[in-house]
Amino acid sequence: MQETLFQYLLRLGDDSLILGQRLSEWCGHGPILEEDIALTNISLDLIGQATSILKYASEIENKGRDEDKLAFMRFENEYLNTLLVEQPNGHFGDTILRQFFFDAFRKPLYERLTQSKDKQLSAIAEKSLKETRYHLKHSSEWVIRLGDGTEESHDKIQKSVENLMRYTSELFYEDKVDLDLQQKGLVCSLKDVKQEWDKTVRAVFHEATLKFPDNNWSFDGGRQGRHSEHMGYILADMQYMQRAYPNMKW
Amino acid sequence: METYTMSNFNNEELEKRFQEKIDKEIKIEPNDWMPDAYRKNLIRQISQHAHSEVVGMLPEGNWITRAPNLRRKAVLLAKVQDEAGHGLYLYSACETLGADREQTIDDMHDGKAKYSSIFNYPAVTWADMGAIGWLVDGAAIMNQVALCRTSYGPYARAMVKICKEESFHQRQGFEILTTLCKGTEQQKAMAQDALNRFWWPSLMMFGPSDSDSPHSAQSIKWKIKRFTNDELRQQFVDAAAPQADILGLTIPDANLKWNEARQHYDFSEINWDEFWQVLEGNGPCNKERIAARKAAKENGQWVREAATTYAEKRALRKTA
Ligand SMILES: [Fe+2]
Ligand SMILES: [Fe+2]
Repeated sequence: MQETLFQYLLRLGDDSLILGQRLSEWCGHGPILEEDIALTNISLDLIGQATSILKYASEIENKGRDEDKLAFMRFENEYLNTLLVEQPNGHFGDTILRQFFFDAFRKPLYERLTQSKDKQLSAIAEKSLKETRYHLKHSSEWVIRLGDGTEESHDKIQKSVENLMRYTSELFYEDKVDLDLQQKGLVCSLKDVKQEWDKTVRAVFHEATLKFPDNNWSFDGGRQGRHSEHMGYILADMQYMQRAYPNMKW
Repeated sequence: METYTMSNFNNEELEKRFQEKIDKEIKIEPNDWMPDAYRKNLIRQISQHAHSEVVGMLPEGNWITRAPNLRRKAVLLAKVQDEAGHGLYLYSACETLGADREQTIDDMHDGKAKYSSIFNYPAVTWADMGAIGWLVDGAAIMNQVALCRTSYGPYARAMVKICKEESFHQRQGFEILTTLCKGTEQQKAMAQDALNRFWWPSLMMFGPSDSDSPHSAQSIKWKIKRFTNDELRQQFVDAAAPQADILGLTIPDANLKWNEARQHYDFSEINWDEFWQVLEGNGPCNKERIAARKAAKENGQWVREAATTYAEKRALRKTA
């Protein structure tokens, strides 16, 4: 088995899965019906991406764990998503900012992964890129609207910035998994993804009249399976059926 | 093209011409003359229908995070999203009659406007996702197929689009139950329990019996409705009974029996006390549903204000 590729795919797939799961909590509770539909749409895209990525991971692992087993039957420390995507939805501004930070990372990442020597990975990136472009457009527009909207909305989303910025550096976390695959030409370096992320965030913040926080302390751990307290509750919900009724078809 | 002006006619004449159009199956369009009562009746019915779509997102939305596998999660997300879309079309259709979307929503929140009582019942197991799709979307289809030919153009057109999606939902629900019924004893019991709880509330979806339905006769004359509540309820029972047999589930009604002479299924009287109680706000989830929708609106207030303010600023900057 290509251990590093398997790990990489779990990181990619789990980000989509957990963020998709989080966004789906909005369904029926959006601030306006149109946004309910938009958030559900993004959630749906992310669950779709998670499905293809974990399916591929399952083929690479080749131990008879299919995409559902991978999604629903791992233990908490075996999920490799970033801490950012497991953060609670908070208010609409928190959700939108979390989404914006993520989309601004995913777009340049997928753009580069379309060039992967791994045909399956490049095909997944190709398809996901189209969706991610739309997600980034949607989240950027909302960050700008809220930042440059009313005083109340500005203050609210500025607070979201203070709260969420510390989870963003982990998006660019690299270790031997990445370096091994980079050498093989399968994946890209996250350094220039980070440069593009900076550019996007700076431009949108400028238009949104938002400030970067003074404190640039940051967290990581998710990529190695060390999660926040929120993760257990996400999994308790998500895995409920599979844990309560093991080995049944649904 | 009408070449006369409206002022040439008195109300009686206008109403006569209106009824003639209806009788000739000519659709009424937003700018056509229509009796006030017709407009009011439609606003009531369409907004009630729109609210039902939106409140209906809640019982199923409650299971999205717990869906048992990735495919079911995606299908359920897409389904609930469709319902939001139905809500949108219907609010738009309602606005063509001069109603204000937010006002009609506030009326629902204040208990002045109703939504389908079925959504005041809790969705407590995964099998409920199957039962809701099969029975609730199934009952909605019975109502809505009839409404595809309703006399008001925008409503009829919205219904055509919605009906296609509803029949897809019904098939998905039936498929969830089929999987359970082919599964373990535990899964089959879960399916039977869901049917036990959702059967009667689904029959109540067709509304009061014809003798107790205040709006029915006029609605039929105006071809807003094409069939009476009792006719539609009978059609539904006739369709669902053989489907329950296919699943191997038992409909919780000892009197349910094919009547050869009537060529219909006979069934027991509905518990009308329960029907009126739930309608009055005393169902198991009335309070929770309204609270959830109110909270969504209140928590979204600052977001909507921000969007409006930003749009105004932008327009100003453009002209400056
Ligand atoms: Fe619907
Ligand atoms: Fe539906």
